[in-house]
Amino acid sequence: MSAEDLKKEPLNVIIAGVGGQGNVLMSFLIGNALVRRGYVVTVFDNYGASQRLGAVASHIKISKEGLQNSPLLHEGDADVIVGIEPIELLRNLSQFGNPEVIAVANLRPVYPIGVISGEVEYPELDEASAAIRRLSAQAWIINATDEALALGNPIYTNVILMGALIGSGVLPLDVMAMEEVLKEQLPKAFEINKVALHRGVDLVKAG
Amino acid sequence: MAHIEIDAPGTTQLLLGNEAIARGALEAGIGFATAYPGTPSSEIMGTLAPIAKKMGIYAEWSINEMVAFEAASAASLSNIRALSSMKANGVNVIADFLVNLQMTGIRKGLVLVVCDDPGGMTSSNEQDTRPIAKWLNIPMLEPSTAQECKDMTKRAFELSEELGMVCMVRSVTYLSHTRGNVRFGRLPENKKVAHFDDFYNIDDPRQSRYTCGMQFHPYKQSEELLKRFAKAPEKCENSPFNSYRGPEIPELLIISSGICWTYAIEAVSILGLQDRVGILKLGTTWPLPEGLVARYLNKSDKVLCIEEIEPFVERSVMELAASLPPDQPRPTFYGKRSGHVRAWGEQNLNLAIQSIASVMDIPYTSRQSQDLEYRRAAQAVAQTLPARPLTFCPGCPHRASFWAIKIALQLDGRNGFVTGDIGCTAMGMISPGSFQVRTYYAMGGGVGVAGGFGHLGQFGFQQPVIAVCGDSTFFHASIPGLINGVWNQSNFTLAILDNSATAMTGFQPHPGTGITATGDPGKKVSIEALCRSLGIHVEICDPFDLNTTIATLLTMMRDEGPAQVVILRRECELVRERKEKRNPFRVYVNPERCIGESCGCNRLCTRVFSCPGLVWDRDAGKAVIDEAVCVGCGLCADVCPRGAIVKEAL
Ligand code: SF4
Ligand code: SF4
Repeated sequence: MSAEDLKKEPLNVIIAGVGGQGNVLMSFLIGNALVRRGYVVTVFDNYGASQRLGAVASHIKISKEGLQNSPLLHEGDADVIVGIEPIELLRNLSQFGNPEVIAVANLRPVYPIGVISGEVEYPELDEASAAIRRLSAQAWIINATDEALALGNPIYTNVILMGALIGSGVLPLDVMAMEEVLKEQLPKAFEINKVALHRGVDLVKAG
Repeated sequence: MAHIEIDAPGTTQLLLGNEAIARGALEAGIGFATAYPGTPSSEIMGTLAPIAKKMGIYAEWSINEMVAFEAASAASLSNIRALSSMKANGVNVIADFLVNLQMTGIRKGLVLVVCDDPGGMTSSNEQDTRPIAKWLNIPMLEPSTAQECKDMTKRAFELSEELGMVCMVRSVTYLSHTRGNVRFGRLPENKKVAHFDDFYNIDDPRQSRYTCGMQFHPYKQSEELLKRFAKAPEKCENSPFNSYRGPEIPELLIISSGICWTYAIEAVSILGLQDRVGILKLGTTWPLPEGLVARYLNKSDKVLCIEEIEPFVERSVMELAASLPPDQPRPTFYGKRSGHVRAWGEQNLNLAIQSIASVMDIPYTSRQSQDLEYRRAAQAVAQTLPARPLTFCPGCPHRASFWAIKIALQLDGRNGFVTGDIGCTAMGMISPGSFQVRTYYAMGGGVGVAGGFGHLGQFGFQQPVIAVCGDSTFFHASIPGLINGVWNQSNFTLAILDNSATAMTGFQPHPGTGITATGDPGKKVSIEALCRSLGIHVEICDPFDLNTTIATLLTMMRDEGPAQVVILRRECELVRERKEKRNPFRVYVNPERCIGESCGCNRLCTRVFSCPGLVWDRDAGKAVIDEAVCVGCGLCADVCPRGAIVKEAL
């Protein structure tokens, strides 16, 4: 399939979260869907040394053609940032955001060790929401973890968010493209993930 | 995830640089692959091992890089193409063997893939492998994209055979771990027969050519090596991996290689300098394609080298410039030497922009400085965000081990300390490991250093020393240090934190697990039997049994005798969870018993012990379990002095 023109070249996406939340799977699925549609994709999952609970940011650059891009986004150059965790979203917005950036947020905190021990405070969730709106041109703030729990398991959180991202219309991908790649990559859990994907799309369409 | 084994030439897949390297090896028709895990190289074997049998390949996770590389060379000498992959530190481990193998040369293609870690993001240092290639006359290819990772790996096998020597491919973290489009080539037909013959030396057919030194004077082998290597420059000269982009006569010539080339390309376009600045990309960085570089040096007054870690290309290019005919004009060189390129750490797009802008003497206004108001708001938000420092996972046995070590050292009271080793146990240096690790250098370094401390008694040294290593690092390099300490009667305790996995790099098996890279049963090697065979005192403790562990450590520290070993054994929580898929305990804080700040415990559980599953409820002023994070290991129940944390078996 040949790729269509993009709104911007390259189109830059960040998925921000915490180790163990499924960043890597999400960027992998989106990247694969884009390659199937003929795009040139560069994906870097920035997660440092920790297996779990460290900050993770997946940088995705999409081009219509040409060569692989450099791995990380340039500061202030994101077109859309998805946050599986609110303060990781804010961290990436403040570094890679700009007045035109679009945000897709899951409002479910994972507390860092300093917060757990009571050394530092975690921002209030209303404040976090307000800051997300302040630092984006448009923001979809959903509670994907609760939606996932309603489907029976928090692991569906990222597929719901992926649906929300597709629903936001920023990527050159439709629901069909994501379904194809889900079917290919997660054949055993396809049906439930399809439900999660559509749930995400609907949440954005509704909000 | 990715399917690198499919025979579908012309199709495109999204592959990690490391997966692309593995695919390149398949397209080259390898029959043998070995590796020791090390970030950022591990996915190469991680990708090859599961498909090895299907593809008719022998794949091995070895106990260290040296035996990995030695085994791969045996395949090469027996007419089978072989790949060995490792992180930069691994090249230090194989150096002795490599120096000698390079003297005799090889038979069938032998490729050494090394993944450097500029910035040392997941390494103890940021060493550069390229100077080693130069030192040993090893041809070096440096890919810039995932596609090139595949293509260059394949080419490296041909080059290795054309020159009769080991060939190196150098990747870096930001290439190995970046996914990019890779167009597949053909997979060769699978017919390989191994036989160790054709080893006769031309001068004396009774003597094998695969032996170093002896009657074969080393200087003669050096001469032979240089003859073989003399054919390398012309191969690099015409390599399709070297290319130029830019105007016929550039004001500035950038010379770049590897991932830095992508930064250079993007920086030039962001600065709008495509008509004034040219970029010479070098895919073959050793030996330098001298003719090609000389032609471009002749076209520009200014040359800027952008590369990571050592100014390797920069120095080689300057060396070349010094040898050019005297009538050829000399350009001015910019780079790490002149201070225009940062001399340490990894490069990135921003740094490349700054380097080029400063050499071209043009202003650069970043996107940020254009949106001032937004930037101010962003900074204000950024300041309110708590950081997310490294920590052990919830339920991690290392948290328990370091806790026990800390308490034992405190109780002992003689200023004892820990000498550390590479891996997850390295986190013993920082807060999650209670800051117990005082020296940290290399694989096996903990026990070796402890052996020295343990002999300082005659100079009045009275501090007890606990060397710590993981199970994987025990097999890798700690055994000689232990034997040396036992033989020479050094006084120290070796604590082997056995979590039954090479956890830091992604749970590769090792001899203690009894499973091989391909998932087949191997012979399980018992750490305790091995240690006991030295005739020393060996104890095994479950670190979650804190009291016994602390008491054992104390007794060992107080013993004046020679080295002793305690194995702190508990499976890595992530491995346990994958297998059992349920928590061992239901754990909760009894709010009646937890009296928080007023207790005098100083919030031992959250402030000091700090498992991410146990949180401080500010409003209630008490500890509380976060059920989404807690894995129910039950350890914190033993830490609370008031017994406020309850564990119930499930
Ligand atoms: S749970 Fe125990 S250690 Fe933690 S604050 Fe309460 S009383 Fe102190
Ligand atoms: S039981 Fe305690 S120590 Fe274990 S994971 Fe849960 S909170 Fe952490």
